[in-house]
Formats: sequence, C-alpha cells, structure tokens
Amino acid sequence: MTEALRGLLKSRLFWIALCGTVVLVTLPWVVSAYVLGILTVAYYFGVFAMSWDLLFGFANEVNFGPTFLIGSGAYAAGLLNASGAPIWLCLIAGGAAALVGGVVLAVPALRLSGPYFGLTTLVAVLLLQQFIVIFASRTGGEIGLTMNDILSMDTTTNYWYALGFMAVSGLILFTLSRSAVGLILQASGQDRIGASALGFNVVKHKLAAFCISAVFSGLAGAMLVFYLGTASVGTVVDVSVGVQVIIAAVLGGRRTIVGAAIGSIFLIVAGEALRPLGQLSTFVVSGIALLVILFFVDGLMGLLLRGREET
Amino acid sequence: MTDLRAPAAAVSVPLLDVRGITKRFGGLVAAKDITFQIGAGEILGLIGPNGSGKSTVMQIIMGIHRPNAGSVRVTGVDVAGWPPHRIAQQGVGIVFQHSRPLHRQTVLENIMLGLLPDKLLKLAADRHVREKAREIAERVGLGGVLNRKPGTLPFADLRRMELAKAIARDSQVVLIDEPFAGLTTGEVAAFARLIADFRNDGRAVLLVDHNVKSVAALADRVFAMYLGERIAEGTPEEVTRDATVRRVYLGGGIEVATRPARNARGAALLQVENVSVLYGKAQALECVSIHVDEGEFVSVVGLNGAGKTTLFNAISGLVPYSGRISWDGKELRGRSAAAIARHGIVHCPETRELVGDMSVRENLDLASHHLTAAQAAQQLEWLYHLFPRLRDRERQIARTMSGGEQQMLAIARSLMMRPTLLILDEPTLGLAPVILEQISNALEQLRNTTSITVLLGEQNVTFALPHADRIYVMDHARIVWEGEPSRFAAEVADTYL
Repeated sequence: MTEALRGLLKSRLFWIALCGTVVLVTLPWVVSAYVLGILTVAYYFGVFAMSWDLLFGFANEVNFGPTFLIGSGAYAAGLLNASGAPIWLCLIAGGAAALVGGVVLAVPALRLSGPYFGLTTLVAVLLLQQFIVIFASRTGGEIGLTMNDILSMDTTTNYWYALGFMAVSGLILFTLSRSAVGLILQASGQDRIGASALGFNVVKHKLAAFCISAVFSGLAGAMLVFYLGTASVGTVVDVSVGVQVIIAAVLGGRRTIVGAAIGSIFLIVAGEALRPLGQLSTFVVSGIALLVILFFVDGLMGLLLRGREET
Repeated sequence: MTDLRAPAAAVSVPLLDVRGITKRFGGLVAAKDITFQIGAGEILGLIGPNGSGKSTVMQIIMGIHRPNAGSVRVTGVDVAGWPPHRIAQQGVGIVFQHSRPLHRQTVLENIMLGLLPDKLLKLAADRHVREKAREIAERVGLGGVLNRKPGTLPFADLRRMELAKAIARDSQVVLIDEPFAGLTTGEVAAFARLIADFRNDGRAVLLVDHNVKSVAALADRVFAMYLGERIAEGTPEEVTRDATVRRVYLGGGIEVATRPARNARGAALLQVENVSVLYGKAQALECVSIHVDEGEFVSVVGLNGAGKTTLFNAISGLVPYSGRISWDGKELRGRSAAAIARHGIVHCPETRELVGDMSVRENLDLASHHLTAAQAAQQLEWLYHLFPRLRDRERQIARTMSGGEQQMLAIARSLMMRPTLLILDEPTLGLAPVILEQISNALEQLRNTTSITVLLGEQNVTFALPHADRIYVMDHARIVWEGEPSRFAAEVADTYL
C-alpha cells in the first residue's frame, strides 16, 4: 500500500486536484448560495464523468450510455424511498442496482468488439427510458418521481455532501487508475492481444472496471436525486444527459480522472454563466467544447500536463 | 554475425510440441498439418515468404487463432483452443514485431506490467517487482532509460523493452516475431546475444522470419513453410541447400525477359531522388533513388520489410518523406494522394483494398466514374478480355472470391482508371502457382499491347523477372542493386536467399 501512496504523492495531477479541492472548500465563505447550488450539481456530474473516464480512458471502451447506470441508481433509490426506506439504505440500493444493471449489460456486451459495445450501451438507455415511461404509475413517468426525503434543506450542507462525495470518489478512482490493476487495465484497453499474451484476462479486467464505474455512477445518481428532491428522465436518464457527461470527461482530459471532474464543473458553470444569452448559451458552451476536443485532444488537463509529457 | 549456435543440439523432452495443426480462413488454408517440436535450450527458426502461414502458426501457439485441427502441447499440456491469457499463464511468451507500449508510463512501469499477476485485488505491486523490473532492464541494456517514456526511445530500445517484457514473464516457450526487423547490424548482434540467453536459460525459442539468412546464426534447426505447408526442415545449411526452398525463393532456374528489351527508351517519367521515410523511430526508407522511363516495366524485388511498400506509398503521396519525387518533370510533394492518382499514377496496394461488399462489376464501376460512359464500356470490355475470369464472376460479391480472383479484380480496377504508371505491390501475395501464371500472362499482355508504364514490387523473383526491363533489389530500406534481369542470377541471386 505504501507503494501506491508514494505513486500518488509523485503525481502532478494529484497535487492539482488537491489544490483545487482546497479552493472549493473555501467557497461557502466566498460565493452566494445560488452559486453553491450550481456547484453542487456540478460535483455530482463530476462523479458521473470520472466514472465514465475509468471506462473510456483506461479500459478504452466507449460507454454511450452512462445514464443507464446513473438512471438505474437514481430510480432504484427513488422507488425504494417511496416505499419508506431510509436515505442511507436507498443510496446503497442505488449503487447496487447500477452494479447489477451494469453486469447484466456488460457481460454480453464486452464480448463484442469495436463500436458494438458502445451501441449496446446506447440501446440500454433507451430501454430504461421506455421502462420508466411504461410503468408511469410507479415511476412517475415523464413527470418524474418526487422523493419522500431529501439530503438537506440547507444549501451549504448540501454543498459539503456533494464536495465530500466527489473528493472521496475521485480519490478512490484516481488511486485505482494509478495502481497495479490500473496498469493492467490500461494495457488491456490499448492492446487487447498484447495484454492477453502477457497472461492477463482482458475481459475480467474490463468487467471489473465497468462494475466500479457502475457503482460510482449509481451512487452519484442516487445522491443527485436526493439533493434535487425529484428523479426525472430529463435529469438522470435522457441520452442528452449522457452526452453531457461524455463531453465533460473528454473536455477535461481523457485518462486523467481529475480532468473529468474539472470538465464537468466547467461545463455546468459555463452553461449557467451564459444563461443571459438564452437559447444561445447551450450553443456557445457546446461550441467551446467542440473546439477544445478538436484542437486539444487531451483536453484541459492535457494542456496543463503537456510540458511534462515532452520532457 | 558471430555463430551463437549451441555446440551440440540439446535433446530433451520438448517444451513445445506442435502436432498436425491446420487452420482455414474461409476457403484459404493458412496452415496445413504443421508438426514440430522444440526442446529446452533449443532455437527453431520458422521461415517462409510472406503469406506462407508462419505467422498464423505462431498466433495459433499463442492462442490468438484457434486451430481447426491438431494439438499444441506446452510442457505436456494440450493448450490448443485456449484463450491467449491462459496459454500465457501456461508458460508461453511472445515478442511482437510491432510494439504497442503504454505511452504515459515509464519504461520501468512497462516492464513491471510483465511481472504483475492476473489479479483484481492487486492495488500495489510488491516491492520486489520494481527491483526485478530494474534488473531485467539492466540485462537488456535499458538501465539508463528507466524513467523515460517509450515515446522518447529509439526504435531498438523499444524492441529491447518488448524483449524485457517477455523475460519478465519467465516463460518456458518464447515466440519471437521477426527479431531483427528494422535493426542496424550492431543492434542485430546485441539482440542475437539476448536471444541466445533464452537458450542458455533452458527455454524453447521459436524465431519467425522471412529467410534463412536472418536466423541462420542463431537457430539450431530451421522449419520452412510455403503456402501453409512444410517444405523443408533441418539445419540452416540443409534448408539453404534444399531444392524446394531454392525454388520457392528464387524460382526453378531463373527465367529472364521473354521478349527483347524495348528499343526506343522513353524519357524519364518518374524520378525518385534520395527519398527517406521514418516510421516513428524506424528507418523504413534510406536515401532511395530510382527512375522509371516512359513505357518501361521496372521491378523492385526484396523480401518483406525491405521497404518496397513504403517506397510506393511515398510515390503515391500516402506517407511523408524527405527527398524529391518528380513526375513528368514536376515535383509531386504537396499534392494529395487523390491528385497524384488523377495525374496518372495509379497504385494497386498489396492489401488490395477492394470494396468487399460490392460485386465485381460495382468495384470496377467505382473506378470508372470519371470516364464517359462510352470510355468506361470500352475499358470494361478490354479488362474482361484481359481477365476472362472476371467476366464470369461479374455479379459475385468481391469478398466471397478466392484470393487470386480478388487480386485480378484489384489490378483490373487500377487499370480502369487508365493509368500512365501502374504501381503493383506484391500481386502474388499468398497466391497459388496456377493463379500466378494467369496474372503473369495478363501482365505480359499489358506489356506487349499497351503503353502503360509498370512499377512492380515483388518478393517472388520468379514472378518479377520475366516481365521486367530493369530490376532494383531492395534490402533493409536501401536499393542495393540495379541492373538488367539477365545479370540478376549471376550477381545477386545467392545473396538474396
């Protein structure tokens, strides 16, 4: 374990993330409740994007349906809460539901190669969406499911929950990505035949990554709906939400974990800051994201780390 | 190269025992009833020209392909049909020709990868792993670059790193694909010593390469393949002398031009001057200069990996190069591949690049879209006359045809574009002799009845020589000989094998 810790302390990304977190911790004393509210949502998105980066950046599998995992977690938590279960139990159930959904999806899908894995995950989102609409009497359908409980009424408390959750998730995902299994996962992702010729069961390692990604996505989805007070297709299941998660992760910088969180915060804060532009705001934010992805393939973190890669 | 062969062939229980393996890809038999054994401390060279099935055999041993029949025993256990990671765990390691290292990790971390167990709950590598990786790096000569990223290493060091990963695996059976490709003479000697170390450690080593020459100094025995079948086996000297091997590589008695040389030599049409190409760190082409005159038929011969395809790709504008390539007096640099093709240089690549899901006719129509309907019809008629087989197969879907028919279609499609210069890259790749003859006849007709200039790249000398007005021989990214076909047999044939 000391070896892993040493690796962590040597990583420049880790220090960037630590400094960033310290800044975020001071914000409740600096910015308004309105801004804190926006950041709270951004942090949950950060966990979505970091979980997604573990799959895309490390396992090299494009999951077009992150909201299948997020939505499964969110609705499992919401439905359980509707039947009177306490929040902590609902959160665990959210993570567990995403894990089960993820395994059911990934075991057959990982046997496919190339773009078919991604397409399978995309179809899964549509299925989940239809499922929610069809069973509207239980799930609230397109209107949404109102939660019995919420995490807290207090903006600052909610901010701490979200920040704490993102920091802990980020630390776990980042440590994993830098660990020995993270190394095997990257090898499996970049050169499937090469990795298996070194004796690694590629499917096993990718499946494990998918499971970890699923648990964090589901948990974050459940946390988000307990913050918002409602679970709706538009916020946790719709394909466009998934696209936003993907853009955030790629924008922030593939294969960095930390970058995904930064990309999410940037995307959501920028969308909010440009709100006076009305309809144009989404257009402008998407335009910026497109430019970054086209001209800086390694994203925002790639720009920061560039000097180091070349030496 | 110094002689690193074992003083006496080590006879013991075979670590690798391959028996009767057969592999079919659709209608193509890539390996047919291949049987050999490698004992502890023994090096077997598996040789054969491109498309002979040697790589398939290696991939079957590693589990990348499943054999249709036969057994592969590793230390006595039949692993045929197992997935690669289980075969690796059983004690087989491979050194791939093309390395794909982890670019964000250091050299040391890349080597550590080979030492890690296949476990999910292994968050941190054991302490000794780092030490062990360091030791291995020292052994292969990477001690000074442990903390560098692979992207900053020269080509030979990347190969060393692949070798280090194989050493880290501590496999009983080591498969090495083209061990010396792209290395300088000095590096070849260093690598040969490292490979000889595998033998001294009592491992079974399989070296896969194109010709006897490259593995002769190392291999205790050589197994030669052609078109999926065993053609010879024995010491390197025996295999070099073997009549079948000589016929496969050199042809049975080399035939030269079947018609008198062209009297009226045209003006230089294509001029390649001092062209060099680098693929990452590997020198794929080194100061190559050739010229092709109007109406001439020029063959570039050389073994796979010599640089023929790279030369053609440079001419067609598909790879960046240094030096100068001019066409009809005008420099080609800066023009796109499409523009070069429109100027009359049509490239028929060794990979054929047919549209697999289209019929023969549709593939041909695709190439004629810039011709008028009348021109296209006339051209089509001529091509069907040149390759009658294609007329019969007009409606057949391209990918369902045999390799030879696909090759005919690829050539016909290139001709459909009415080239001034036709570049033909390895048209004989993996084809049976009877098909070769048909293609050969078509080329002869092309030479005698049209004004099309042809630049042919071949490893099959028998095929390349009869049509050619002039020959270039390529070896290790350079042109090493130029001359008339009639001088080939006397001057270079022996060094070619």
